[in-house]
Amino acid sequence: MKTKENMKTKLNNLLTATALAATLVVSGNVYAVKITGAGATFPYPVYAKWAEAYKAQSGTEMNYQSIGSGGGIKQIQARTVDFGATDAPMNAGELALAGLAQFPTVIGGVVPVVNIEGVTPGKLKLDGTVLVDIYMGKITKWNDPRIAAENAGVSLPDAPITVVHRADGSGTTFIFTTYLAQVSTDWKRNVGADKAVSWPVGTGGKGNEGVASYVQRIKNSIGYVEYAYALQNKMNHVQLKSRDGAFVAATEDSFKAAAANAKWDADKGFYEILTNQPGKGSWPITGATFILVYKSPENAEKAKEVLKFFDWAYTHGNKLASDLDYVPLPANVVTMIRDAWKVQIKDQAGKAIWK
Amino acid sequence: MPVIFCLGHFLLGSLLFESITKYKFMSTFAHESRIKYQHWLDILFRGTTRLAAFSVLALLLALIASLVFASLPSIKAYGFGFLKSAAWNPVTEEFGALVPIVGTLATSAIALLIAIPISFGIAIFLTELSPRWLRRPLGIAIELLAGIPSIIYGMWGLFVFAPLFADHVQPWLIENLGPSPLFGPMFQGIPMGVGILTAGIILAIMVIPFIASVMRDVFEIVPTLLKESAYGLGATTWEVMWNVVLPYTKIGVVGGIMLGLGRALGETMAVTFVIGNAHKLSASIIMPGNSISSALANEFNEAVGELYTSALVELGLILFFITFVVLSLARYMLYRLAKREGT
Repeated sequence: MKTKENMKTKLNNLLTATALAATLVVSGNVYAVKITGAGATFPYPVYAKWAEAYKAQSGTEMNYQSIGSGGGIKQIQARTVDFGATDAPMNAGELALAGLAQFPTVIGGVVPVVNIEGVTPGKLKLDGTVLVDIYMGKITKWNDPRIAAENAGVSLPDAPITVVHRADGSGTTFIFTTYLAQVSTDWKRNVGADKAVSWPVGTGGKGNEGVASYVQRIKNSIGYVEYAYALQNKMNHVQLKSRDGAFVAATEDSFKAAAANAKWDADKGFYEILTNQPGKGSWPITGATFILVYKSPENAEKAKEVLKFFDWAYTHGNKLASDLDYVPLPANVVTMIRDAWKVQIKDQAGKAIWK
Repeated sequence: MPVIFCLGHFLLGSLLFESITKYKFMSTFAHESRIKYQHWLDILFRGTTRLAAFSVLALLLALIASLVFASLPSIKAYGFGFLKSAAWNPVTEEFGALVPIVGTLATSAIALLIAIPISFGIAIFLTELSPRWLRRPLGIAIELLAGIPSIIYGMWGLFVFAPLFADHVQPWLIENLGPSPLFGPMFQGIPMGVGILTAGIILAIMVIPFIASVMRDVFEIVPTLLKESAYGLGATTWEVMWNVVLPYTKIGVVGGIMLGLGRALGETMAVTFVIGNAHKLSASIIMPGNSISSALANEFNEAVGELYTSALVELGLILFFITFVVLSLARYMLYRLAKREGT
């Protein structure tokens, strides 16, 4: 009998709770504003964290779908989302044609990762041209004299190199191949820089996680992933030679050093590729990730909510970004972005949305 | 798969039609008004079933039409050269279907090569040799394997099978079969674990439950009289299987194999995990390749530009065509078999 009573109370509690929850949802719907975005997978972790914190503070819900940079551009052009996100920036001409404004949010880096027996994490040093020739299939063994020349004291095995790349189109690939094309005319002419390229050698993994798991499971392999992925999976990432000739490790500081020399230009939609930047301590494969919004949006209210969200993120989101191993933008760039909003984004009547 | 579905519907439709006509014949002896009532009911029933059958056909046609329409830019740009070209360069927008087509056919062929003998063994054991108490649990276990989602096979293949394969099997294959003159080039390369062969093996594991359970079912319908007579004449179990059971059930066995092939051709997730996703034509089955379905799964989201997207859709159209041809051939073979035996 007692259990039956118990059940009854439990059931009652459950019913009350459900009813309460339903009321909350209904009342919440009345007041809450919802904004949606889609695109790049690389910044997804930080956007999700920002969205969570922002909702707790303002009640505005931001729903971000990480479908990839190309998908983000497609979705904003189809006007199915309030903003698009891409790792590969659109250039000024493309932006003007589509009627879009573009601004960066955070900076990150792409790091080559290896799985070589007997090589301790962070010890392997690679020159940009050596990296190119590995991806070209010209250097095929780890004990190649050109690799050995820069790695005195590291025992390199006489084993064939397995090259791992992305199988899907990706902003990460865009940043990586842009760097390879910058250091090698051979790469620039024969392969090129894009979100997907015709790889001369190697095997492809889907997404950062696909490349990470291939590199972790295939012996004597090399791949490239976002810095955050390499850290979270505790992968063996290599040192690269910066443009000024010093070997640097991928750290928040070396990303910041690369970003410090960038020449951001609001009129060109902040189009800036941070690879192969000058400065001794600059990580050579650094890149920013971007947001796309319409210059004269149909729904000005929604557009304003999007800007409010990123305004909040620039002011309050830096710690959340750093915790996830992204580098926040320098303060002067953030000021430039806010100024650009005032000039570039207008409602249908031509009045500035952001004041 | 949609083709099987469609053919299945046709079969169902014709069966229903047969039973309806039979029933009508019998009912002519019944009461007049009842006949009229039943006549209308029949028309209604026939109409409904016909609608069901034709709506699926219409859907199929719509599917083909939309695939063709979306792949028009690519068909215009490359023509039949698309089928022969091994290029896949999103930067210069040169696309060809040869690598994915070869990958799809090669992985499916490897899968069948492995799956058919094993399934045959399973079916023989379950119907002839297994102790009675073991038959049901074993049979159910094999059927349960068919229900495992393909992504599980893919993850197992990548995380568990591929490393073991790379460490223990591939080095042996490369060392011992690689230098041989005839099949040597098929076994040369780097032991990565992932590749065409790995994808074929994972596919084999996936199609075995399908083929084995169909084989077991058809072996079970062989009249005991036939088998007992053969045993009585002094035949061994193998002789009974090979000379009595297999000829009796040929059609069902081929049908089961085709069911497996249909699944292997279109399998996406599991293959994407282990095939290596490289648009490179290689003579070696150790090396990574690409299949049509995994190329689609990988690249569709991020395909920028009309030509890229349309080339991917054309790949889909080709897969559709391959599956359709394979299954039609299977149907035709079954038809010929049935005709020759006069059943």
